[in-house]
Amino acid sequence: MDVVVLLKQVPDTETVIKIGPDGKSIVTNDIKWVINPYDEYAVEAALRLKDSQGAHVTILSLGPQRAIESIRSALAMGADQGVLVDDPATEGSDALGKARILAAALKGIPFDLIVGGHRAVDDDENQVGIMVAELLAVPHLALAVALTVENGQVRIDRPIEGAKLTLEAPLPAMVTFGGAHAVWNPRYASLPGIMKAKKKPLEVKKLADLGLTPDQVGAAAAKVKVSVLEMPTPRQAGVKVEGDTAGKARELVRLLHEEAKVI
Amino acid sequence: MAHGVCVITEFRGGAFRRVSLEVASEGRRLADALGEPLTAIALGDGVAAAAAALGQYGVEKVYAVDQPRLKDYLAETYVPAVAEILQTLQPKVVLAAASVDGKDLSARLAARLGAGLAQDCTELKIEGGALQAKRPVYAGKDLAWYAWADGAFPQMASCRPNVMDCLMPDSSKQAAVETPAVTLPAETRTRVVSVEAAAGKVDLAEAQIIVSGGRGMKGPEHFAIIEELAQILGGAVGASRAAVDAGWRPHADQVGQTGKVVTPTLYIACGISGAIQHLAGMGSSKFIVAVNKDPDAPIFSKADYGVVEDLFQFVPAFIEEVKKLKAAC
Ligand SMILES: Cc1cc2nc3c(=O)[nH]c(=O)nc-3n(C[C@H](O)[C@H](O)[C@H](O)COP(=O)(O)OP(=O)(O)OC[C@H]3O[C@@H](n4cnc5c(N)ncnc54)[C@H](O)[C@@H]3O)c2cc1C
Ligand SMILES: Nc1ncnc2c1ncn2[C@@H]1O[C@H](COP(=O)(O)O)[C@@H](O)[C@H]1O
Repeated sequence: MDVVVLLKQVPDTETVIKIGPDGKSIVTNDIKWVINPYDEYAVEAALRLKDSQGAHVTILSLGPQRAIESIRSALAMGADQGVLVDDPATEGSDALGKARILAAALKGIPFDLIVGGHRAVDDDENQVGIMVAELLAVPHLALAVALTVENGQVRIDRPIEGAKLTLEAPLPAMVTFGGAHAVWNPRYASLPGIMKAKKKPLEVKKLADLGLTPDQVGAAAAKVKVSVLEMPTPRQAGVKVEGDTAGKARELVRLLHEEAKVI
Repeated sequence: MAHGVCVITEFRGGAFRRVSLEVASEGRRLADALGEPLTAIALGDGVAAAAAALGQYGVEKVYAVDQPRLKDYLAETYVPAVAEILQTLQPKVVLAAASVDGKDLSARLAARLGAGLAQDCTELKIEGGALQAKRPVYAGKDLAWYAWADGAFPQMASCRPNVMDCLMPDSSKQAAVETPAVTLPAETRTRVVSVEAAAGKVDLAEAQIIVSGGRGMKGPEHFAIIEELAQILGGAVGASRAAVDAGWRPHADQVGQTGKVVTPTLYIACGISGAIQHLAGMGSSKFIVAVNKDPDAPIFSKADYGVVEDLFQFVPAFIEEVKKLKAAC
């Protein structure tokens, strides 16, 4: 079985985001870059399939040269092969442009199952994976917290408040992952894994290699773009409720009822 | 020529979801700003009979597709049906709910129609006859305004639940209902194998009140007081990643940058320190209460009401006071 992971490199979640001088992008120096946490769950899920039933796992990423480091991390975890699409002409792509690029790259990579995150924790677009599924005309099962593949069918569980939904689709299909870290607990790369990763195949592709032209993706083709980035109004520390325990309880109820009017 | 605003509703269990009424209300405001009509597309089992009531929220006309097969959302039935109606209707702006199904539908439609989409928006406005959408990025550490390229229609946006104000329903108004004939694919590949639903559970993303517990809860058994407080307030229970990683709470309860991003009117954090990833998930709650025994916990810098106390003393006392209030009301 061939599994392809859509992996995006994003700023570490500890990062304090600063807006750049253009007012619509962020300052990227001094950022520590990591694999998007949800994509890391997808890597783990793919590797579990590899462990249990055998699979060839390819990591596919669109991004600048530095994304190679994240691809190598996934190879060190146990993935087999990496593909990076890195081309200045892809800059300024909107979500649909990115999906077109990834879908075009997938035409050149065999796949039975595509896995990725339900969102990338940087711009939180919430759509690139789903759009790839649409462009390739394959079923998409969202927010998987459990995954099995049997008899050419992929089955997932999705949590719905306090309970679950089980969905199934025939391969080829796309699955995107939600869930918390606790569900997938992605493995760490072992030292031998890191050594081996250096020798695993990693191709870097240009737009032309995918049969795409700059006018199909990139800034010129973007239907929607960020016009302004703003910092949210910083929340001010409010009041400290005073009194003994019982007094504080009474006062908090009063404040929530009379002042905030929320209970 | 693209014209008007169209909202795509969600009809589940015989009723429109609350978020769809929020989306319809927002659609009305945008339609007024444009001076153009508001229509809706409603798919579901039994939806035709319920559709006229969308008029109470300002919808002028509903295109209803009422078929038993549309009871649950499946991209394979919903996407072609909605796309077909949108292609005839040619709206300028299309709005949907930023629910799991709504986001799937919106992204697929945008890819199919070659449209630009902003998901999970918290504010929409019309400027110079075009849509602009605000949405949190970096899980709310920043806010981005999105604008559409000239002539790129439809301008598509999905709306975060609990954020957009619902109009007061005007019971004197009814929407016209049309039932266009659309062709659904004869077979679908995706299948709902089973649905286990827990009755009466409030979805975290749509809860008005959330009571959350963190590592300070010290063990799963102590969440009983959090559950009790949530229950008497009519809210839902959330958790920090520390509580989820420890196995005290189900992963679906996790609030934060890699959990649910929530915007309740009241968020009560108990025994949670306020790490940047947690704040990212609940920082835009309307009111935040923090209960923590450490007066220097970072959560206090974001809390409207801070309570420096041992939660095991305070929460039971607070529950008693809430009960007194509820008895008096
Ligand atoms: C990639 C990544 C993603 C992450 N995503 C998330 C996420 O989505 N959500 C999330 O929550 N975290 C996330 N985290 C983890 C985050 O960094 C923190 O570790 C976590 O939020 C801490 O949880 P906590 O506040 O419950 O625990 P702690 O930080 O240990 O805080 C416990 C608090 O309880 C207080 N306390 C203890 N006993 C009592 C008592 N008896 N009464 C009152 N107060 C008491 C203490 O004073 C302390 O402030 C993520 C981390 C990473 C690296
Ligand atoms: N540049 C990218 N390279 C590879 N995969 C991506 C990229 N951008 C998004 N994805 C995939 O799409 C998912 C959703 O991302 P987004 O729509 O940006 O929130 C991610 O979790 C990835 O699996």
